[in-house]
Amino acid sequence: MTKYDAIVIGAGHNGLISATYLAKAGKRVLVLDGRATAGGCASTKAFSSGFHVSDCAQWLHQFDNNIIKELNLEMHGLRLGQPKRTLALQATGDHLVINGDSVKGGEISPADKKAFKHYKSQMRVFAKLMLKLYRKRAPKMVEANRGDQVTLLSLGLGLKMMGRKNMQDMMRLVLINIYDVMNEHFDHEGLKAAIALDAITGTNMGPRSPNTVFTYIHRMVGEALGNQGVTQVMGGMGSLGGALLSTAKTQGVEVRLDSNVSKIVKTDDRVTGVALASGEVIEATVVVSSADPTTTYRDLLGYRHIEAGQARRVEQYRTRSGTGKLHIALSALPHFDGVAPEDLSQRLVIAPSMDAMETGLNPMKYHELTTQHVFDISIPTLEDPTLAPAGQHLLTALVHYVPYALKTSWEGAREELLESLISQLEAYAPGIRALIVASEVRVPEDFETSHGVTGGNWHHGELSIDQALMMRPFPGSTQYKGSVEGLYLCGAGSHPGGSLMGLAGKNAAQEILKQGVLK
Amino acid sequence: MSDVERKTMLLTTPFHSRVEQYCESNDWGAWQGYTTPNSYFDVELEYFAIRSTAGVLDLSPMNKYRITGPDAESFLNRLVTRNVSKIGIDRVGYAVWCNDAGELMDDGTIFHLGENDYRLCSYMRADDWLDWNALGFDVRVTNETDDIAALAIQGPVSCTILTLIGCEGLSALKPFGIARFDFEGVEMMVSRTGFTGDLGYEVWIDPSKAEALWDQLFDKGRDYLIKPMGSDALHLARVEAGFLQAKVDFVPAEIAVRPGRTRTPLEMGLAWQVDFSKPLFNGRQALLKQESEGLRYRFVLLDVEGNKPAEHSFILKNGKQVGIVTSAAWCPTAKSNLAFAQVEMPHGAVGDTLVAEIYYQRELQWTRLMAPCKVIDGPLFNPPRKRQTPAPAH
Repeated sequence: MTKYDAIVIGAGHNGLISATYLAKAGKRVLVLDGRATAGGCASTKAFSSGFHVSDCAQWLHQFDNNIIKELNLEMHGLRLGQPKRTLALQATGDHLVINGDSVKGGEISPADKKAFKHYKSQMRVFAKLMLKLYRKRAPKMVEANRGDQVTLLSLGLGLKMMGRKNMQDMMRLVLINIYDVMNEHFDHEGLKAAIALDAITGTNMGPRSPNTVFTYIHRMVGEALGNQGVTQVMGGMGSLGGALLSTAKTQGVEVRLDSNVSKIVKTDDRVTGVALASGEVIEATVVVSSADPTTTYRDLLGYRHIEAGQARRVEQYRTRSGTGKLHIALSALPHFDGVAPEDLSQRLVIAPSMDAMETGLNPMKYHELTTQHVFDISIPTLEDPTLAPAGQHLLTALVHYVPYALKTSWEGAREELLESLISQLEAYAPGIRALIVASEVRVPEDFETSHGVTGGNWHHGELSIDQALMMRPFPGSTQYKGSVEGLYLCGAGSHPGGSLMGLAGKNAAQEILKQGVLK
Repeated sequence: MSDVERKTMLLTTPFHSRVEQYCESNDWGAWQGYTTPNSYFDVELEYFAIRSTAGVLDLSPMNKYRITGPDAESFLNRLVTRNVSKIGIDRVGYAVWCNDAGELMDDGTIFHLGENDYRLCSYMRADDWLDWNALGFDVRVTNETDDIAALAIQGPVSCTILTLIGCEGLSALKPFGIARFDFEGVEMMVSRTGFTGDLGYEVWIDPSKAEALWDQLFDKGRDYLIKPMGSDALHLARVEAGFLQAKVDFVPAEIAVRPGRTRTPLEMGLAWQVDFSKPLFNGRQALLKQESEGLRYRFVLLDVEGNKPAEHSFILKNGKQVGIVTSAAWCPTAKSNLAFAQVEMPHGAVGDTLVAEIYYQRELQWTRLMAPCKVIDGPLFNPPRKRQTPAPAH
């Protein structure tokens, strides 16, 4: 029987990145994935006739540019679109345009313009400090070894170097909510909401939820990693998966798709391999799971094979997402009031105010549908016409607040939600309904089914302070080491978290190599 | 006038009507939420009943969990540190359990009642912990504390008295064995177990028959000088027998608040309970780590010079404090002054001599006594009748 150094579960971006770095170091690596295509949440699917839609992740804004270089992703076919401006659509039709550190339109006051610059530069300082922590394993506070102590020292030094004002602000802000911070800085409701949207995307939180400054800084790390705003991946998000697959294979990684791992195999007290749904058992020195922690421990390893306290941690780990997705195939370019046709290729945001967002969140808390959603819209076909038949267009939108579980069932409720979303869009894009060729809504539960992410959460678990950094995903399973010998985590459920960043996968590989568990 | 009904905050056991009637000293205490006598008439006489005739203890407050289902054994094997597979059907085993950090949570007994059917008796309430432990197992955990009335009858004539109330052939029952008898039409389960280190049994029955059982025991046992015993007499007997008591000799992990106050089984002299050959149990990884890195404390039995119980004493070595006493008593039958202590490593190897700093009060006057003591390798009270099968008749 062939024995691998490492088996990586999941050919998502983190899985492939981890595998590739391990292979680059000369290790024999096998990647297994139950889906037919590589990329995990970086995926594209055929939609209606002739349309191709990024069916899970929509934007790239966090990806580590170092990884693009180190893994030659451009040579392997990755092409990114132009960085996009954000158009925060206002009911008046006079929209706000946010571009980097500048904001204009929407009757924005000079004071708000100035405040925005200041706000962004301060957040950038925080994000840079955070990035220090993101590029390696998160240091343990108590039983820190020398490596951890160096990280802590550099973090402390970094905090100190920021100056007293920034340091005090960071300590104060990081635990409060984005709602308060926005009100401290700005007057314009539309601007506040557009910024707050970046804090709640992919989470189960509203602007008033604690932790939302932390999630905002997490998002800002994307800028520190070399991204300017959001970009689209040419050819659809699946092209990122394709490029990662190609680079992995070039480095000698063996990748088997359509190979669903059904079990992580434990022999005596350590993990020794995996079993496939087909019954085949494959052995390896270590198993590196890019599946989310809940899937890894509850479904693949099984609670009975870990200590009870760990099972309890997994069970209490918060995984629900409140983000769904809307896909619309259009017969022609839609019209949005107050938006020039060439600007439709930018990022369009519908978030009238933070109160409206919070009101939209409320029904979700009680497992009900709201009628007031927040939209983060992309019309990718302007920049990349290959995604639709000639002259036709595609509109996709991340839609908040869509509950993971409904009080009633999703049976029939998807149609109701779809209708509601289109009506809400019509208020900004009159006439869009007449252009619809096909449409679908994807709720968090659908992502769980199609992409295997528990709770439909693309962060593989709520990214909040108590589930972040040295506590990600939970104590007893941090620093990429699973709670059983031979098991490692490399997905978004491990530090530093998700959003197509790639650092979790890279850090995990480096950690495994550093520990010398692979001969 | 208010007609508010005044009720005690504590619960009463199924034997309460009889317990109350026998409790001449009217000296009550609380045991895990139930009202129970500290003593019935005289602690020492109650103790001597255990050692010379038979003492009866109402142990209904003890927490009892029924564990059933196809995964019952695997569930227990992950829960406790010992190998549960070695407890045959109709046998009872002592067990301790830990959290993931290897910190001792509680000790108790596992009754193997039948195929996939166990009872776990614990000192602490464990509903929450057992529920968490059940995740991923096809097992059903039920708290049956209130569904079963239980009495301990301990002492040289315990077998004789039980035989008189209908436990035919009980003398053949081996230590830690379980037998079942009919009592007024219901099943009465008898196990040869106890907390006194003596020949003794525990009787388990439906609460509806509790009072009848008590009456029969005291009726048939009168000529054998059967006596009820309270918690104080039991304490004396269990110290003499060298048995640990949760919350007294160690702080159960779930209620420990201060850092460093918990102990692992290895530090409590319970290494014999820890079976590392099992691939998984709660605390295994932490205990393996501790085993390789070394223990912080050692649990020791001390034979203390003199007759002053070393209660709450500091333990010194060369004038420096190295430990504390958790339980101590002058043990009448063993005729020794015994103390349980936790001492810092490397002190406390068998034969090591230490000093107990004892304070005692006589007519308001406190006296300090520096009593030499010696670490012994086991309890001094260990009568053959505890093990003899058939149990000796009287």
